[in-house]
Amino acid sequence: MASDSEAMSRPANLTLYSYCWSSCAHRVRIALNLKGLEYEYKAVNLSKGDQFDPEFEKINPLKFVPALVDGDVVVADSLAIILYLEDKYPQHPLLPQDLKKKAVNLQVASIVSSSIQPLQSFFARQFFEKRISLDEKLTWSQNHVNKGFAAIEKLIKEIAGKYATGDEVQLADVFLAPQIFAGVARFQIDMSLYPTLARLNEAYAELPAFQAALPHRQPDAPSTS
Amino acid sequence: MGTNVKNVFNNKTIKPSCHGHRRFSNHGDHFGGTKRVAALWSLFVLFSRFLLNWSPFLFQDSASCPKKLTLYSYWRSSCSHRVRIALNLKGLDYEYKAVDLSKGEQFDPEFEKLNPVRFVPVFVDGDVVVADSFAIILYLEDEHPQFPLLPRDLKKKALNLQVANIISSSIQPLQMLSVLNFIEEKISSDEKVAWAQHHINNGFTAIEKLLEGSAGKYATGDKAQLADVFLAPQIYIGVTRFQIDMAQYPTLARIYEAYAELPAFQAAHPNRQPDAFPSSSQSC
Repeated sequence: MASDSEAMSRPANLTLYSYCWSSCAHRVRIALNLKGLEYEYKAVNLSKGDQFDPEFEKINPLKFVPALVDGDVVVADSLAIILYLEDKYPQHPLLPQDLKKKAVNLQVASIVSSSIQPLQSFFARQFFEKRISLDEKLTWSQNHVNKGFAAIEKLIKEIAGKYATGDEVQLADVFLAPQIFAGVARFQIDMSLYPTLARLNEAYAELPAFQAALPHRQPDAPSTS
Repeated sequence: MGTNVKNVFNNKTIKPSCHGHRRFSNHGDHFGGTKRVAALWSLFVLFSRFLLNWSPFLFQDSASCPKKLTLYSYWRSSCSHRVRIALNLKGLDYEYKAVDLSKGEQFDPEFEKLNPVRFVPVFVDGDVVVADSFAIILYLEDEHPQFPLLPRDLKKKALNLQVANIISSSIQPLQMLSVLNFIEEKISSDEKVAWAQHHINNGFTAIEKLLEGSAGKYATGDKAQLADVFLAPQIYIGVTRFQIDMAQYPTLARIYEAYAELPAFQAAHPNRQPDAFPSSSQSC
């Protein structure tokens, strides 16, 4: 706890363009917190179309969050950002030295970022709701989340420790936490089907770096009052 | 002092020395010399046999070493295509094992053990099994660092990773066969094509802008890097399957032509794979 607070109070020189509900931005928030990096939070409200602002488009021509500015370096895309952070700020490394474990971490990150999230993204959901139906939108999202979770459950079952690939929080956890959050909160995924993932999700809830990154704790989270 | 001893070879009397062993020193020396020669000869014979048996392996170059690398691939999988390019750039020989996605071979229980997500590519390096093109290529970067695909410069490295991720997360998953079939079934065939084109064009527009000022002969300089490994298969699919107008993306169009000159890219082309055939198989 003490070392986390100490680590999290270093002077900021980073800017993160984020949306509270974006699971991709959520990943980067966790990584920044784990590494004890302070940053300025710049909100991009996707539901209001802020991503189409020409100033934001200069930051990320793909018009997605997250995007990170570090001096004259601008990086967008969560995996690219996190691997950049690994190089530039190697404290609390998120990738193990062991190549087998490193590969599993990258594979889990890739399953989440390529096989699950893009298919239940804000854009995809809007499209399916508008062109097909609300029910179809939910079924579609659930299918892809369940498929990905089933695969990850098999992949990490034998190697999981306190966290996904051992007893240290690594890249796989950074990607899993936001996806499980979205799966449960948005798509009513039954986590009892994935006992390892369910257990990890409870472990993440105990970690300050993960708690501080939750959507409802961001500056642009809707007020509940 | 000991008693005198008669040398039985020459009948001479040998006086014992203070050290006792010396009376045998001549024999010992003589016998020791013979022993040494015999030992040296035995070593020489052993070494020669070793060389005869093992020199084919010791003195071969890496390209013709016995294969221990295996790639599970489908000829038209753009994800497999990326890994084939990376393996070729690094000069790595591998055994190609075809997984026919059009026949559902990815659902084979044996294949599922290798990759529970049931996608290609899957790479086996001894006892290490890695699935997912991104994870495989970063594994290759660590384990087989020749011809590095990521620059040391952090800005350029981040740019390569970003281009790779735009393709692997924001383009390719959205033009997968399963997604397109779903849209065709629920909406229409035209909508399916429009959907794929929308995502490819969005991605290519972004990448074209990102590479401004960075592109050289290839995407991020004058050497093929990670961005190129991901771009080549995606542009190929965009052009051949979704009629993307590359005139809108002059940088991408130019570097795509440059890839066609590189043997590593040529050899990875779908049509040159062991499982390639001319019928209209679907790509993914």
